Amino acid sequence: MTLPARAAQGGITTRELSLWYGDFQALKSVTLTLQHGLITSLIGPSGCGKTTLLRCFNRVNERYGYVTTRGEIKILDKNIYDEDVSLEELRRLVGMVFQRPNPLPLSVYENVVYGLRIHSPRRDLSKSRLDEAVERSLREVGLWDDLKDRLGARATGLQLEQQQKLCIARLLPMKPEVILMDEPCSALDVEGTRAIEELMWTLRGKYTIVIVTHNMAQARRASDECVFMLLGEIIEHRRTEDLFLHPRDPRTAEYIEGRYG
Amino acid sequence: MTTFAETPFVRARKRNELFAKLVFGAMAALLVTPLLSIVAYLVIQGAPLLSLDFLVSNPSNGMRAGGIWSALLGTIYLVTLSLLIAAPIGVLAAVYLNEYAEDNWFTRVINLAVVNLAGVPSIVHALFGLGAFVLAAGIGRSVLAASLTLSIMTLPVIIASTKEALSSVPRAFREACWNVGATRWQTIRGIVLPNSVSGILTGVILQVSRSAGETAPVMFTGAIFFRPIPEGDPFAYSIFDQCMALSMHLFSVTTQVNGAPPALPYATAVVLLGTVLAVNATAIGLRVYLRSRKKW
Repeated sequence: MTLPARAAQGGITTRELSLWYGDFQALKSVTLTLQHGLITSLIGPSGCGKTTLLRCFNRVNERYGYVTTRGEIKILDKNIYDEDVSLEELRRLVGMVFQRPNPLPLSVYENVVYGLRIHSPRRDLSKSRLDEAVERSLREVGLWDDLKDRLGARATGLQLEQQQKLCIARLLPMKPEVILMDEPCSALDVEGTRAIEELMWTLRGKYTIVIVTHNMAQARRASDECVFMLLGEIIEHRRTEDLFLHPRDPRTAEYIEGRYG
Repeated sequence: MTTFAETPFVRARKRNELFAKLVFGAMAALLVTPLLSIVAYLVIQGAPLLSLDFLVSNPSNGMRAGGIWSALLGTIYLVTLSLLIAAPIGVLAAVYLNEYAEDNWFTRVINLAVVNLAGVPSIVHALFGLGAFVLAAGIGRSVLAASLTLSIMTLPVIIASTKEALSSVPRAFREACWNVGATRWQTIRGIVLPNSVSGILTGVILQVSRSAGETAPVMFTGAIFFRPIPEGDPFAYSIFDQCMALSMHLFSVTTQVNGAPPALPYATAVVLLGTVLAVNATAIGLRVYLRSRKKW
């Protein structure tokens, strides 16, 4: 497996990022560089802050109660905590996939074009442009052949695996820079998990993909780089192979051996 | 030696199980009895007078004969106008409280006010309506003043039921929208409202029965004892007129009129009940229809 050329910019850089839920400090001075075009997995025991960190990247944390943040996160060389950053635009470019597939209660077609609809004035959306976006996005996630005759079917009635792929397809028409995945396979069976992991590999290179997972085998199989977190701190961030074969920190070693977590 | 035979203790438990089931079932059956007997009693007693003619002719001979047209039309006016006022305000306020408002002292005060307002007796609403709309605002006793009073009365319940309907839309849908950069309004318009409209409408329409049935609020603010209007003309009242109302008419013919035929109050009650049941049936039908279109 060869790594794609590392873009000079792109990717995600955090500097001294700290975050508090009320008085509880969930992230402690996180400084991290995630390469553009790679798949980076965030691992660590429950409550270590990996999901919190993920949710910082599109600032959706701020909708979940009282949150204070300090430090900076740069995406496309822009600090997303700057005053002039629009949350709507940020979330257009930084998409999120959830643990439980959450297609909207609309048709397959409308799910895929939902992003275009909310981000473009109506006059810019011709039928042909929407149709093209649907076909391209569904092809990219490998759903086109299965669903091309059922575009009007309601998305919530699909199989879970198809729903999850649809949730990924939903992000693509907006041409995202980053795709965040919060345990995207934990509601799926073995086949579904394999399908999503394969899909991640096909998307690799075009997008910066960050995946939170509880499943160490998955992190090992499906990521280029791996970040191990504990109690809100980054313990180790290296190539996945190196982290699993030669962990530097004893806490990492104990975690990947399954002594705790 | 272990077998699977029934022990005496198992038999005792089965007996208890049967007993419990019978008791609960009997109580459930008991619920239906009063409703059915009331309806049957009213219809039997009122039957001699019930006819289409009864609906569309004015009371006559000092309310001792004739029909209930002006009262029926008055009730329709009052209910419709009060809903036209209360429904938009209530639904929009509920959307704000449920979707936009943060949890701070201000919204807590509003929520507290809504809950308490829902518990205020209707006679107090009546006095408020008299003071605020009839006297202070200078509208005078009229359909409008009475409708405003009724809408104050139904508003808190509409807000509560709308909030309930909105919060039954799964949070995951909202998260999905926020995470692709939808604004709150786009989320509400595209996802939340279409999926809660059945519950919202049901809550609103159920207030029809309350508005139609309450006597005190309209008696103080716009309903009168007797007023003949052109028979069969649906636009017979202006909103600045005083009107008759079914609930008040029922009260009048029962307690204020000597020598009215005994069937008259019962027939009036059947019409009132029938109107309310018809509206509720519409609400149920609408809900079934909109549920069937729900997308999850």
